[in-house]
Amino acid sequence: MRFLLRAALVLLALVGGTAAGAADFGALVAALPAGSYSDRAKVVDDLAQSGDPRALAVLNALAADDLKVMPDGTVVIVDDKGAAKAAVDGTDKGTPAADQLDRVKVNNAVRRAVRTAIGVLTLRDPDPAKRLAAAREALRAADPDQIDAVDSALAAETDPAVKALLAEARAAAVLKSDAPAADQLAAIKLLAARGDDAAIAALAPLAGAQNPEIAQAVKSALASIAETQRLWGLAQNVWFGLSLGSVLLLAAVGLAITFGVMGVINMAHGELVMLGAYSTFAVQQVIRLHAPGLFDWSLVIAAPVAFVVAGAVGVAIERGIVRHLYGRPLETLLATWGVSLILQQAVRTIFGPDNREVGNPGWMSGAFTLGQLQITWNRLWILIFALAVFAVLLAVLKRTPIGLQMRAVTQNRAMAANMGIRTGRVDALTFGLGAGIAGLAGVALSQIDNVSPNLGQGYIVDSFMVVVFGGAGNIWGTLAGAFSLGVANKFLEPFAGAVLGKILILVGIILFIQKRPRGLFAVKGRSVEA
Amino acid sequence: MLIDRRLGIFLAGLFVLVVVVPAGNLWLAGQPVPTYLVALIGKYLCYALLAVALDLVWGFCGILSLGHGAFFALGGYAMGMYLMREIGDRGVYANPTLPDFMVFIGWKQLPWYWWGFDHFWFAASMVLLVPGALAFVFGWFTFRSRVAGVYLSIITQAMTYALMLAFFRNEMGFGGNNGLTDFKDVLGYDLGGGGTKVGLMVLSAVALAAGLLLARAITVSRLGKVLVCLRDAESRTRFLGYRVEHYKLFIFTVSAMMAGVAGALYVPQVGIINPSEFSPANSIEIVIWVALGGRGTLVGAALGAILVALAKTLLTGWLPEVWLFALGAMFVLVTIGLPTGVLGALEGGLARTRRAPEPAEREA
Repeated sequence: MRFLLRAALVLLALVGGTAAGAADFGALVAALPAGSYSDRAKVVDDLAQSGDPRALAVLNALAADDLKVMPDGTVVIVDDKGAAKAAVDGTDKGTPAADQLDRVKVNNAVRRAVRTAIGVLTLRDPDPAKRLAAAREALRAADPDQIDAVDSALAAETDPAVKALLAEARAAAVLKSDAPAADQLAAIKLLAARGDDAAIAALAPLAGAQNPEIAQAVKSALASIAETQRLWGLAQNVWFGLSLGSVLLLAAVGLAITFGVMGVINMAHGELVMLGAYSTFAVQQVIRLHAPGLFDWSLVIAAPVAFVVAGAVGVAIERGIVRHLYGRPLETLLATWGVSLILQQAVRTIFGPDNREVGNPGWMSGAFTLGQLQITWNRLWILIFALAVFAVLLAVLKRTPIGLQMRAVTQNRAMAANMGIRTGRVDALTFGLGAGIAGLAGVALSQIDNVSPNLGQGYIVDSFMVVVFGGAGNIWGTLAGAFSLGVANKFLEPFAGAVLGKILILVGIILFIQKRPRGLFAVKGRSVEA
Repeated sequence: MLIDRRLGIFLAGLFVLVVVVPAGNLWLAGQPVPTYLVALIGKYLCYALLAVALDLVWGFCGILSLGHGAFFALGGYAMGMYLMREIGDRGVYANPTLPDFMVFIGWKQLPWYWWGFDHFWFAASMVLLVPGALAFVFGWFTFRSRVAGVYLSIITQAMTYALMLAFFRNEMGFGGNNGLTDFKDVLGYDLGGGGTKVGLMVLSAVALAAGLLLARAITVSRLGKVLVCLRDAESRTRFLGYRVEHYKLFIFTVSAMMAGVAGALYVPQVGIINPSEFSPANSIEIVIWVALGGRGTLVGAALGAILVALAKTLLTGWLPEVWLFALGAMFVLVTIGLPTGVLGALEGGLARTRRAPEPAEREA
């Protein structure tokens, strides 16, 4: 950009012999203090059209009320220390006393002109991000007077994203101008392809245009935009649903092991998730105190810690309590509920009853847009994490010796014992694996939920629903259950509201279990009734 | 035998309570039984009735309902709605037709489901009908499709959870978060008065006794034998030609109605009913009452409820942070170490010291 401008200036200097551009610029600046407000606005427009690189500083100063006139009529820019520099060529004018300077006054009309002019000038900024922002602003303002400026920027633009946006900004401006119908129709077509709220804002005023062809085109363009937006809205719902589904999957996949595979009802599952979240908190505390530089790695460090903490508690629960209650599922349910109460109160006693602050590392915060989708990084990472945990779990169960033993013991305990598998140890490890995964879920949930002693309570009913819906004993069923419940929930929300949507889902699952008591993907065969 | 020794002793104890407490509160000089204690005892008796209701389905039919709190709360809400209507224009907004909370959220007229609650008889029948109907419909679907065991437990929990979420909504018209409260009087008696509290407590005791007798009558009948039979071997009972789901449905519905009555008596004594009564944690606490007292003993369930509620009152007063530890430990220790509950252990102990066979023990 700068190079082009400089080349243009050099060219001008060569052709005109004198620096005609510079002279124009000087004249324009000198004309600024003169005349009425409307004259001033006109000069501001001309400054913008001049495309002179110095104009931006002058206009910024004008907007900030820093543009003053010396007694000799020189226009100067005064910085916050009171030092004045000539606006045209930047020569030092010392620090004149404040009462010697006249302000170049602005009113709202001039301010508006200044803002537009700055936008036009920023269209040539060397930074593509700034140009993009300026182009977006130009699209919003859609000022017919800017068409020429946008055109020249468009001709010089190299960045495709900025170029496309500029073309749309130009189209919006064309629509407001009295350009010939053919141009307007082209502009309508371009904006219809954009298909968002900005396009609607630019098109809507023309719906009642006199030219029937244009009115028709605008109408069909608006309809197509509405359709595009509906599709994007659908995509947005799917994304929210997948995001909720990933949270459900994380909360439920550990349960799919303890309840689904082992058949043990572990009501303390939610509390194991909570322990994972508090492990994250503890790791972050240590990092904050001793190695603040590692903060971006805190979740990576917390994951194994949470897995081990929750897994160890899980093994303790299995060896201490659940072991005595195999074959008595209702009693297991009650005893593990007792454990959940104890864990909750223990955490409350140690960490206090209030929410704990768990920070988001840099790579987890912020968002990006995909088309018209707004996607936050933390949700995306949690989705990836949930799928990764699921894949690893599946690999452990299907591809490792310990996974083989786990499946053998749950399918036929006596036979497995006869084959020399230490079933007690395998039980403890399986339960520990499920618990450890709950801990991993806690690491992820600490990023989007309040870390309090009640954290687990919110997930226990949901995660049981997911496992039951998907079909106990089937890990894939849990995956399908989590995502279908998540998406269904988000699609119900716009119609029914968040709470009623959740209630409808619960009622739906209760009815579903009537029809298919063994879940979506029931395990078939003789072992089912056992 | 309808009244065995265990039930006889308990009913006698209840009778003594009904005589001593009112006397101590109303007639004896110096009021040795303060009024708050009367309300507290009344509350415990309601819990006991609720525990008996759960024991009927869990102890005798093997249905571990984690949603009995929902029936209790629904009965409570039915009574609460009547009490709200009793307030009339004495509310804060002095609106003659609408309860305060409806005025507050800007409703103009009474929703249809509040019609009729001006009459006590209507409310009283709803106390039975609403929980009964819910249990019937829920049980109809569930038992027919043979949902059993932990699956049943979990969907009963989902049921009460869904109801809790629903009642938390203001648009439901049941007072939302705050529930129903600020009651003034019941059947014209001032709820703040000591006499009313004693009356309610006595009523609760009578209801508990009636509930125990009804439950006992059911369980010693032929129907009760079938229930125990299907608890222990459901498939075998079905193969013998019994319509298992009908028996389950019957006992589940009766139990829900009993829970509804308990809730209805509970609400005027504590003066409030709100959605937290539906919380799954509350329902599961009922289970520990039964388990601690002794599952399948009826009297044990009632005792367990009173013991745990008493412990809760005392511990949350003295050492609030210890209560959940104690409750949690209770769950763990009772299920592992005390499968027959306190009553079973006591009677077992008595039987051993006397070295005489105890026929009643085998019955459970």
